[in-house]
Amino acid sequence: MIELKNVKKEYDNGFVALKNINLHCNEGEITALIGPSGCGKTTLMKLINRLDNPTKGSVSIKGKDISKIDPVELRRSIGYVIQQIGLFPHMNIARNVGTVPKLLKWDKERIKNRVDELLELVSLDPEIYRERFPSELSGGQQQRIGVIRALAAEPSVILMDEPFSALDPISREQLQDELVRLQREIKKSIVFVTHDMDEALKIADRIVLMKSGEIVQHGTPEEILRHPANAFVEEFIGQKRLERFQDIPPVSQVMVKRPITVTPNRGLAESMRIMEDKKVDSLIVVDEMNHLLGYITVFDVVKAYSNEYALVKHIMHSFNTTVEPDTLLPDAIQLMTELQTPYLPVVKEKGILEGLLTRGSIVGFIGSAYPSIKEGAV
Amino acid sequence: MEFISNFFSYVVDNWAHLASLTLDHILMVVIGLILALIVGIPLGILCAKNEKLAKVILATVSIIQVFPSIALLGILMVFFGLGFKTVIVGLFLYSLLPIVRNTYVGLREVDENISEAGKGVGMTITQLLLKVQLPLSLPFLLAGIRVAAVIAVGVATLAPFIGGDGLGRDILAGINTRQPVKIFSGAIIAAILAIIADVTLGRTQERLEH
Repeated sequence: MIELKNVKKEYDNGFVALKNINLHCNEGEITALIGPSGCGKTTLMKLINRLDNPTKGSVSIKGKDISKIDPVELRRSIGYVIQQIGLFPHMNIARNVGTVPKLLKWDKERIKNRVDELLELVSLDPEIYRERFPSELSGGQQQRIGVIRALAAEPSVILMDEPFSALDPISREQLQDELVRLQREIKKSIVFVTHDMDEALKIADRIVLMKSGEIVQHGTPEEILRHPANAFVEEFIGQKRLERFQDIPPVSQVMVKRPITVTPNRGLAESMRIMEDKKVDSLIVVDEMNHLLGYITVFDVVKAYSNEYALVKHIMHSFNTTVEPDTLLPDAIQLMTELQTPYLPVVKEKGILEGLLTRGSIVGFIGSAYPSIKEGAV
Repeated sequence: MEFISNFFSYVVDNWAHLASLTLDHILMVVIGLILALIVGIPLGILCAKNEKLAKVILATVSIIQVFPSIALLGILMVFFGLGFKTVIVGLFLYSLLPIVRNTYVGLREVDENISEAGKGVGMTITQLLLKVQLPLSLPFLLAGIRVAAVIAVGVATLAPFIGGDGLGRDILAGINTRQPVKIFSGAIIAAILAIIADVTLGRTQERLEH
């Protein structure tokens, strides 16, 4: 849809705002440009409606090189929302929203219907708001008008330059939610500049992370969270968010690494002593080579205790199910739930015992993976 | 007390004469102002678009302004001869500074974000100027017209010296014939005109600014 090829932007004073940018924005998706201030994200966006022109390289929309389109025509076909809202203070809401259709010489009736339709789209009653002036509206309402003004002439591309960052947190949340809802209906190709990672994660289909005029990483929010390209990305995303969205761990990260074991030729009294020592109610039975054989529980031991010749191997049960070290934790948890078993042995190839996944170990892991929960509990 | 009653009886006796002088006076001021608007607004726009030109233009119109009015009219008389035309040119030149300067300041005061939004939605430079920037700078322009009008009403009283008409004629006649009543009738009516211009334009300006 929008394609930037080898784009470089150098200002007259020698400042290089963009270095060799290659970017493709998909149709019907929200692409968030994010990065610290001065990274070139706004400059990049302004190249798309020719408020700025690249020093080198080309920008094309739907395969058409935009340097060959008249900038005024181009801008009328692209919605534009800015941080400072930029409503015209001397025009009422209807005229503000109808600006672009009027420039495109739509007839009056069509403009009026479109304005009413758009006001309803953002839940502002046309009867009440049509005639009002921007100064009579709250900041959140003003930016809703800013957004629908950009939508008025049905552009397929919309540019948004930090549209919600000047709003109070509550309005910001509301407008983000509304944008997500709106986008489901209108399916526009939106380029959204922001410096707020939470905002990008919430609304964007794809995130383009920039730093000093270069794209550091481009991917879906999921990809960026799971595989941050480098330390800068990790730092920008923030440790907390990374932990929250961390890779789903395999059981090898969660299991008890040295479960309490016993060999099959031990006596029951000795087994009982080990259980008492380690304060556990079961023991895993392995041979000298650490091959998994089965398990015994304290109840088995008590039942057979009177028989002095009984050995562990006489009373042990074998496991019906084992998991491998790289089985994912959610799968293992589901298995434990289905089997109603308090623990699962983790076994490497050739039956060698690696560890034991217990309910306690799962709880311990979740506790450490969600530091915010712990902090919140204080 | 006697003077006041003399004054009123003079005004009542000569109301037709005074009314025609007043009309002449207003006419000169209005034509001068209109010319100043026609020339001054484009000059103001030019100043706002180009800082270098702004310095030259503003300096030039300021120099005109600091010229003593009687001297300016005298110089103009050399070029344009005696009469109505010369007075109009003088009033036009005197009204230029407040109009050029206020157009310039008004345009510069327009919030850059609003101009950027206008440009961003696809207005041409002319559309941006006519639909957004000029309407938004209207309160400033009106303040300029207000200042210019008050100055022009005053300067126009000098018209008779270079063969013009207006309330100055009565004032001059009063000075020549040592009739204070005549001087005051012209001066007071001119003052009232200036006050009316100031108040009405001031009210309009306030309404525009909400």
